[in-house]
Amino acid sequence: MEFDPFLLARLQFAANISFHILFPTITIGLCWVLFYFRLRYTFSGDKAWEYAYFFWVKIFALSFALGVVSGITMSFQFGTNWPGFMERAGNIAGPLLGYEVLTAFFLEASFLGIMLFGKDRVSNRTHLIATALVAVGTSFSAFWILSLNSWMQTPTGYRIEDGVFFVESWWEVIFNPSFPYRFAHMFTASLLTAAFLIMGISAWRAMRGVDGPATWKVMRTGALMAAVLAPLQVFIGDLHGLNTLEHQPAKIAAMEGVWETEKGAPLTLFGFPDEEEKTTHMAIKVPNLASLILTHEWEGEVLGLNEFEGESPPVAPVFWAFRVMVGIGMLMVLTGWWSAWRLFRNRDENRETQTWLLRALSVMTFSGWIAVLAGWYVTEIGRQPWVVDGLLRTADVVADHSSATVAGTLFGYVLLYLFLLVSYIATLRYMATKPARSLTLTPQQRAMNDAETAEGEA
Amino acid sequence: MDLGYWLPLFFAGAMGLALLIYVILDGYDLGIGILLPFANDDEKDVMVAAIGPFWDANETWIVLGVGILLIAFPQAHSIVLTSLYLPVTLMLMGLILRGVAFDFRVKAGDKHKAKWNRLFAFGSLAASLCQGWMLGAFVTGLTGDATSTLFAALIALALPALYIMLGAAWLLIKTEGELFNKAVRWGRMAVLPMGGFLLLISIATPLVSSTIADKWFTLPNAIGLMPIPIATALAYAGLIWVFNSKQILHNGYGWLAFVALMVLCVLASIGLAYSLFPDIVLGQISIWEAASATESLLFTFWGAIIALPMILGYTIFIYRVFRGKATHLSYE
Repeated sequence: MEFDPFLLARLQFAANISFHILFPTITIGLCWVLFYFRLRYTFSGDKAWEYAYFFWVKIFALSFALGVVSGITMSFQFGTNWPGFMERAGNIAGPLLGYEVLTAFFLEASFLGIMLFGKDRVSNRTHLIATALVAVGTSFSAFWILSLNSWMQTPTGYRIEDGVFFVESWWEVIFNPSFPYRFAHMFTASLLTAAFLIMGISAWRAMRGVDGPATWKVMRTGALMAAVLAPLQVFIGDLHGLNTLEHQPAKIAAMEGVWETEKGAPLTLFGFPDEEEKTTHMAIKVPNLASLILTHEWEGEVLGLNEFEGESPPVAPVFWAFRVMVGIGMLMVLTGWWSAWRLFRNRDENRETQTWLLRALSVMTFSGWIAVLAGWYVTEIGRQPWVVDGLLRTADVVADHSSATVAGTLFGYVLLYLFLLVSYIATLRYMATKPARSLTLTPQQRAMNDAETAEGEA
Repeated sequence: MDLGYWLPLFFAGAMGLALLIYVILDGYDLGIGILLPFANDDEKDVMVAAIGPFWDANETWIVLGVGILLIAFPQAHSIVLTSLYLPVTLMLMGLILRGVAFDFRVKAGDKHKAKWNRLFAFGSLAASLCQGWMLGAFVTGLTGDATSTLFAALIALALPALYIMLGAAWLLIKTEGELFNKAVRWGRMAVLPMGGFLLLISIATPLVSSTIADKWFTLPNAIGLMPIPIATALAYAGLIWVFNSKQILHNGYGWLAFVALMVLCVLASIGLAYSLFPDIVLGQISIWEAASATESLLFTFWGAIIALPMILGYTIFIYRVFRGKATHLSYE
C-alpha cells in the first residue's frame, strides 16, 4: 500500500499534537488546583493541604516536563512539515506564537524551579507567588495558542496579497469569533481533566489504603470542581457548537451526520456514516432534535454536507469523535454530581462504604484525556480540507519530503510516545502507592530514615 | 527611521542572542547529561540537582531562537527546517528523552533509575551531536554536498566537546569534594579536544565556503577582525590555566572557567554573525528578503522589548535564589 506523504505528514502532526495536548491539558488545570492547595495551607495552617501540595506538585512536574519537551517538538513541526503555512500565514501565526514564548514559556519554566525546589530558599509569600505565576504562565500559553488555532478556524482581521496573509487588525485576529468559546471550552476541559485526575488517583490510593491525610480532602476538591464545571462545560460546549454552526457549517454537518440540507432535521444518536453512499447506516434518530439543538427552533433548517461538495471534512471520524466527547461529558456530569453527593454528605471517608464510588472514580482517572482528544479531533479534522478555514488548503502548505522520510520519523515518534505514555502512567501508579515524603529521598537518605525508624522502635 | 530596514536587523540580533544564550545555558546542562555515566550514583543525584531548577528555562531559549526565526523570517524558517529535517527530528527525540528522564529517574522508582540515567545521558549526547550537525549544515548554507557534510560532521563532534566543558565548568561552581575533583579531571580531558576542534573549524570554515573566505581575508576587514582570534586564543589559554591551577580552583574561583567559556562562545558567535551577515541562509536569502511584513514585526517588537528585559530580570532572580553549592534536590 502506497502512502502519500501528505497523509503521513498529517498523521505525524496528529501524533505529535495528540501526545502533546495530554500534558498541557493536565498542567493548565492542575496548576490552579495546586495554587488552591497552597492558599488553603497558607490560610488554615492545616498540614494536610501542604501534604496535598507536595504530593501533587511532583505529578505536576512530571506532566510539565512531558508537556515542555513535546511542545518543543511542536514548535519545530511547523517548519519541518508545514513550511507553506508559515510562508503564507507567518505574518499572523508568527507574532501569536512569539507572544506565547515571550509571555508564557519563560514565565512558567523559570518560576517552576522555585515552585518545585525553592521552598526553603524563598519566603512563603514568594513561593506562593511563584506558584501563581506558573499558573498564570500556563494559562497565557493556552490563551495565545488557542487564539492562533481559533483564527485558523474563523479567520478575521486579515487581508491577502499574492497569497500571503497580512494583518489588518490585531484585535480582530486575536479575538476572532470562535476564540472566546474555544478558550472557555478548553480551559474548562483542562480543569475537568485535572479534577478527574486528582479524584481518580486519590480514589485509587484510598482503595489500597495508602492514603495520606489529604487524600479525601483532595477527592472532595475534585468532586466539587466536577459537579460545578461538568454541567457548565455542557453549556459552554453548546454555545461553542452554535458558534461553529454560524462560521463552519460543514463541520457541524459532519458532526451530526446531516447529508442533505433539511428543515426539522432529526438528531442521529448513533450510526455508521458511509461517505460513498452518503448515508448513515443503522442510524438511530430522534425527530427534529438536531434542528432544535442547533437552531433552537423545531423546524429550523440545518445545512447538509451536500452544500459543501469538495470542501467538507471526512465524516466518520468527526461524527464518532463528537459522540465520544459528548458521551464522556455526560458521564462526567453524572459522576461529578454523584461523587459530590457521596463525599460531602456526612463527609464519609470510609473506603468500605464508598467502594463503588472509589472504583468509578479510578476508572474515570484519564477520562479527561479521552474527551479532550476526541474534542480536538472534531474541531481539527472538522476543519479539513482547510488549514485556514475557507482560505488555505492543508494540501498546499505541506513540505516536500519523501514518504520514506516522513514514515520513518513518524514511526520513531510513535514508538517514543508509546514508551513515554506507558512510563508516565506506570510512574503515576507507582507514585500513587507511595506516601508523598519518600518520593524525593535518595536511596541513602531512605536507608538513613529506615535506620532511624528502626532505632526509634527498638 | 526606516522600520523595514531596522526591524529585521533587530530580530536577527535578538535571534542570535537567544541562540547564544541557549548554547551557554542548555550547553552546561546537556554537558552534565553527557558526563553523567562517569559519576557514581550519589554524584549523579548531585549533578542533576546542580541543573534541576534551571534546565527547563534553559531549554526555552531554543524555542525563542527558533520562534524568532519563525516569527521574523518565515521564509528562512521554512528553508532551514525542511533542509535540516533529519537532524532536527533526532535532536527533538534526544531532547524529549533527556527532558523526561530528568523527572522519571527520581519518580519511577529505584529499579528504573539506572535506565532513566542512561536515557538521560543518551538523549543529551544525541541532542548535542544533532545540534552540532545542524549548526555545521547551517554555516555552509545548507548545500548538503560532500565537503559540507564532512564539515557538519566535524561540528557535530565539536559542539558536544564544548558542552562537556561547559558542564564541567558549571560543576566547578555548583559542587565540592570528590565530584568537584572529578569535574576538574573531566575538564582537563575535554579542553584539548575542544581546542583542537575549534582550530579545525576555524581552518575549515573558509575552505568550505568561499563567501566566508572573502569576508575573512579581504583587507582592510582582515585587520579589523584580528581581535577576534587573538581574544579567542587568550580566553582559551585562560581556560586551560584555570583548570590546571590549584590556587584558582581551591580558592573558589572555579567560576572563572565558566566565564572563559562564555567569552569563547560570545567570540565564536560574533565571528559567525559576521560571516553570515547579511544573509540569514548563506548564499540563499538575506535577512531583509526573508523578513515578515513590517507591521507584524512591529507588533512583536513591542512585545519583545517589554518582555525580554523581564525575562532576563527573573532569570537572574532564579539564579540568585539557587546560588551556592547544589545539594540533593528536595521538593519539600
